[in-house]
Amino acid sequence: MRVVIDRVHKSFTDSKGKEVVALKDISFTIEKEEFVVLVGPSGCGKSTLLNIVGGLLSPTSGSVYFEGLEGKKEPNLGIVFQEIALFPWRTVYQNVVFGLEERGVSKKQQAEIARKYIDMVGLTGFESAYPKQLSGGMKQRAGIARALAIQPDLLLMDEPFSALDAQTRTIMQEELLSIWNQTRLSTLYVTHNIHEAVYLADRVIVLSRHPGQIKSIIHIDLPKFGRDRDEYRLKYEEYADQIWQLIRHDAQEALKEG
Amino acid sequence: MNEQNRVYIKNKVSFLELKVPAFTSAAGIVLILLIWESVCRLGWVSPLYLPAPTAILLAAWDMIVQGELHANILASLYRIILGYIIGGMVGILVGLLLGFSKWADSIGTPIVYSIYPIPKIALLPLIILWLGIGELPKVAIIALGVFFPVVINTFSGVKNVDPMLIKAAVTFGSNRLNIIRKVLLPGSLPMIFAGLKLAAGTSLLLLVAAEMIAAKEGIGAMVLHYGNLMITTKLMVGVVVLSLLGLLFNRLLQWAESKLLPWK
Repeated sequence: MRVVIDRVHKSFTDSKGKEVVALKDISFTIEKEEFVVLVGPSGCGKSTLLNIVGGLLSPTSGSVYFEGLEGKKEPNLGIVFQEIALFPWRTVYQNVVFGLEERGVSKKQQAEIARKYIDMVGLTGFESAYPKQLSGGMKQRAGIARALAIQPDLLLMDEPFSALDAQTRTIMQEELLSIWNQTRLSTLYVTHNIHEAVYLADRVIVLSRHPGQIKSIIHIDLPKFGRDRDEYRLKYEEYADQIWQLIRHDAQEALKEG
Repeated sequence: MNEQNRVYIKNKVSFLELKVPAFTSAAGIVLILLIWESVCRLGWVSPLYLPAPTAILLAAWDMIVQGELHANILASLYRIILGYIIGGMVGILVGLLLGFSKWADSIGTPIVYSIYPIPKIALLPLIILWLGIGELPKVAIIALGVFFPVVINTFSGVKNVDPMLIKAAVTFGSNRLNIIRKVLLPGSLPMIFAGLKLAAGTSLLLLVAAEMIAAKEGIGAMVLHYGNLMITTKLMVGVVVLSLLGLLFNRLLQWAESKLLPWK
């Protein structure tokens, strides 16, 4: 199974009626069990692209398709939102089983699957808490469990940790890696944080802005785990610097526009 | 350092956390009643204009013993509960529909907003003409009065649901019906309750007005009847019952809200 993003093009008309190209000629694939990270300065259209892949936005032209789905009509997409988007009126447990409910999974199976993923994200004991009662990191754990529970063919994550403080964020990145190790899901992850990209990715896709197009695709040739260990520090920083040099100019431009 | 030179910092905003003893809420009411009673006892006002609280209580006891009071209360309760439930349910359904479907919104909203400002009691003669003089027109006028605030609040509640949550539901496989059932309805419930509370006052108002115009039984009819006979104590019994009814109504709604919105 692989996901193909094929010549995706997206333009909007702004308030003055002018056409703005958000994404231009985006093509890449996500292989089975591959962790692809989209990174770019603000306004490069990376969230737009993720929304198109997630079926929440139509491309102006081009397409996104799955190849080699076994005997299924519709791929399962698990999305983890930047805004977390937990249903505030549902408890952690009820949020996690939401997608299972919609798929008509039996109550008994729902409970089993939910227990597994709630345990995996470390929320055991918080099943009956409402989102309001959770910290930011805990909320996002629930969001991740909800996306994992439907056993998606592709996991989409839109800056899931950007609202968290730096320490929580580091912990969540480590946990995400260990979760990924247990599920081995094909993942498309959007971030503006370069170190996060290098820490998580098999491949980093660097986008430029105005229009958003692929500037470079970088394979991270480091072992998947323990990239923050001393022996890889140099290589790690080299990758980060390489990406930063690609983005720097655009990021400065973005800053000027505000 | 000398101890006398120390200047301690005091909490300057302690008034924000001030705890008031529980009995103070009751004390205000008790005080008013006491003043009222003594004004009447001292003969400063004629009992015809303002009967004493104890006189009202005695009259109420009389009316309970004679069965007059609960016959009237039951007649009123039947009308208001039926009207309120019908108006509320239809209001919530229509509000959800208007909020969800762009077509329904475009067609229905102008209609709702053009009927909304009409004082509903003005429609009573027309409704009596249509539905006869039985229970139906009174229930209908209350339902109508409840419908509008509920529809408008439900509608804005739906519009205020975070689109992110709708997107989330869709990506996890919700169809249209489930979006309404599992996202829009719970998401707009706080606003719906605000509408229901608003409507509770309106429904009481319409109940009394309708009963004064066109009923033989009911609190409104009773109040008007004793007003015409200048039996002020019994009139005041009706007024007190209405006040208690309003309080009860509010409490019930608050209780339902706390049960249905534990996540707030």
